[in-house]
Amino acid sequence: MTSEVADSVEAAAAAPTGFLGRHGATIEYILIPGAALAGALVVFGIFVALFGKNPLDLYFYMYQGAFGTWFSWQNTLTRAAPLILTALCTALPAQLGMVIIGGEGALLIGALSATSMALAMPSAPPLAVQFAMAAAGMTGGGLWIMLSGGLRQYRGVNETISSLLLVYVALAILNHLVEGPMRDPASLNKPSTREIGAANMIGSIPGTEVHWGLVFGVIAAIACYVLIYHTTFGFAARVAGGNIRAAKIVGLSVGNLILTICFLAGSCAGLAGMVEVAAVQGRTNANLAAGYGFTGILVAFLARQNPLAVIPVAILIGGIGASGGLLQRRLGLPDASVLVLQGIIFVFVLASDALYGRIGFLKGKP
Amino acid sequence: MADASIGLWTVPLAVFGGAIRVSTPFLFVSLGECITERSGRINLGLEGTLVMGAMSAYGISYLSGSPWLGVLAAGLTGAMLGALHAGICSLPRVNDIAVGIALMLFGTGLAFFLGKPLIEPTAPRLPAIDFGWWSNIPQLKAALRINVLFLFGVALAPVLYWAFRTTRWGLLIRTAGESSDAARAMGHSVLLIRLRATMVGGFLAGIGGSFLSLFYPGSWNEGLSSGQGITAVALVIFARWDPMLCLWASLAFGGAAALGPALQSVGVTFGYHLFNAAPYFLTLAIMIITCSPKRTLTGAPAELSITR
Repeated sequence: MTSEVADSVEAAAAAPTGFLGRHGATIEYILIPGAALAGALVVFGIFVALFGKNPLDLYFYMYQGAFGTWFSWQNTLTRAAPLILTALCTALPAQLGMVIIGGEGALLIGALSATSMALAMPSAPPLAVQFAMAAAGMTGGGLWIMLSGGLRQYRGVNETISSLLLVYVALAILNHLVEGPMRDPASLNKPSTREIGAANMIGSIPGTEVHWGLVFGVIAAIACYVLIYHTTFGFAARVAGGNIRAAKIVGLSVGNLILTICFLAGSCAGLAGMVEVAAVQGRTNANLAAGYGFTGILVAFLARQNPLAVIPVAILIGGIGASGGLLQRRLGLPDASVLVLQGIIFVFVLASDALYGRIGFLKGKP
Repeated sequence: MADASIGLWTVPLAVFGGAIRVSTPFLFVSLGECITERSGRINLGLEGTLVMGAMSAYGISYLSGSPWLGVLAAGLTGAMLGALHAGICSLPRVNDIAVGIALMLFGTGLAFFLGKPLIEPTAPRLPAIDFGWWSNIPQLKAALRINVLFLFGVALAPVLYWAFRTTRWGLLIRTAGESSDAARAMGHSVLLIRLRATMVGGFLAGIGGSFLSLFYPGSWNEGLSSGQGITAVALVIFARWDPMLCLWASLAFGGAAALGPALQSVGVTFGYHLFNAAPYFLTLAIMIITCSPKRTLTGAPAELSITR
């Protein structure tokens, strides 16, 4: 007993000291993704140079289009809002070791549910409609991802594949409804549902063009962070994610954890769908399938599945999306160049996983 | 009026023709993925490979005037993407599922980027063999215009089945998939086996993509593939990693995917989009029926991360 205590004291004394020793891991979590991002930008610069464009122009216009002016900042933040929410849809299940990539489907179902709710209560006061829309969107999206979680838990169906297949199912349901039962007869060229009404739109944060969805996203991300890192429930989830057998031995109900986490994850993406309807589109149509759900996967991985880190990363990736228009106009690059850059970043970030714990000077050793 | 005489037979006939026409990409991607997964690695990026294959096949066919060069280019592009996947996965602590998702997004984005100038022009298409010359019913003739790639795919399935069982390479791939330790003990590099298996898988998936742009639907646009790649990956799972079952499953999928357009052609417009999603419903349903939480699937390679 005493020798153990002595050992632990000795161990504490031998623990790495100094700034690098204490914060090495944190620095690693910032330095490595940062380096991956820089590497991806360099490769994208070379790629663009192959098409006869000056990479320096590229970086300049990317910066201009993303963060250069107040206008571009607002554009960036508007895009970041749904990205935060869809990234949470991947980041939350990741705590349990699950890879869910169906955020796009939950977003579409959330948008459909929210729109249906608004159309079902035409004479209610706007605030009530907005609350009901958010609740409907979150429930719809939540149940959608919970379906994937349930299939995994009760039927052993791989959640990555099932959630992606459900994206296409959700898209089919959306197209079926907006071209059939829910179609507004006045929408000729672009089949859509009826509008939810200008009074029911959630509007912008005062003094900006950025809609309230950004605030929803930030609140949701902080709430998820607190849930995962500062509650018993979150601790249980992380235990189950680390070692499922240990979790079962200590009596955790893994099935309930999976279903609850998947519901919460889906409700984040569903809320993104509600925000896109209530702040941007005003109705449901195929425009909603703009790929926010898929970009959210990238955001979650770049943030290393940390709900709090999702916020800055979503702003960064939103900025890349926002700069697409400027790249198209000034450099004549196709709009898909943003997708290429996102793909390169994703590949670099995953490859950089191999670097953790291998950078000598961060271990506090000479 | 041959049209009127066959009446409602139009639907099963169109489904049959569709099964042959639509199933080809499913067939190639699933056979390719079958090889990759048998070696113990899963490549979800084949969706991106499919789209890149479609784009490069169309581009090369347009520039060279030879659709077969296009098919070759698609295969080589696919093999390169496969090599990229395998290369990143061989780094320590890198998750193959996540890399697959990344390459799915990267391949699609790159194809859209490079394919922008290809939306307008028309490239020479792959020829079809007319097996319906004896008939004078136009629908039957249409259903029996069969592409050569389909025949290649049908022939490839039994060849792979045989190769997995009896050849040295088949045995090596299966050993790497069942127990990497055993393969290593035999003095083989598991990473090298998987690299080759993933490249061959990518090659086949690229060819599957060339079918999309060079035969059916037969043009290049950004909506060309809507999840066929990922459906094919799921298809391998319930085909139990057996190339012959991949063939039958692909045919069933092709038929399901042809149901929507077939019903529309006889005037049933209700639920067009829902019928179009039939392959996804079918995949989900079959996965729900055949998977079980209590045991790993029979025939599953033991090293595969998706079944553990």
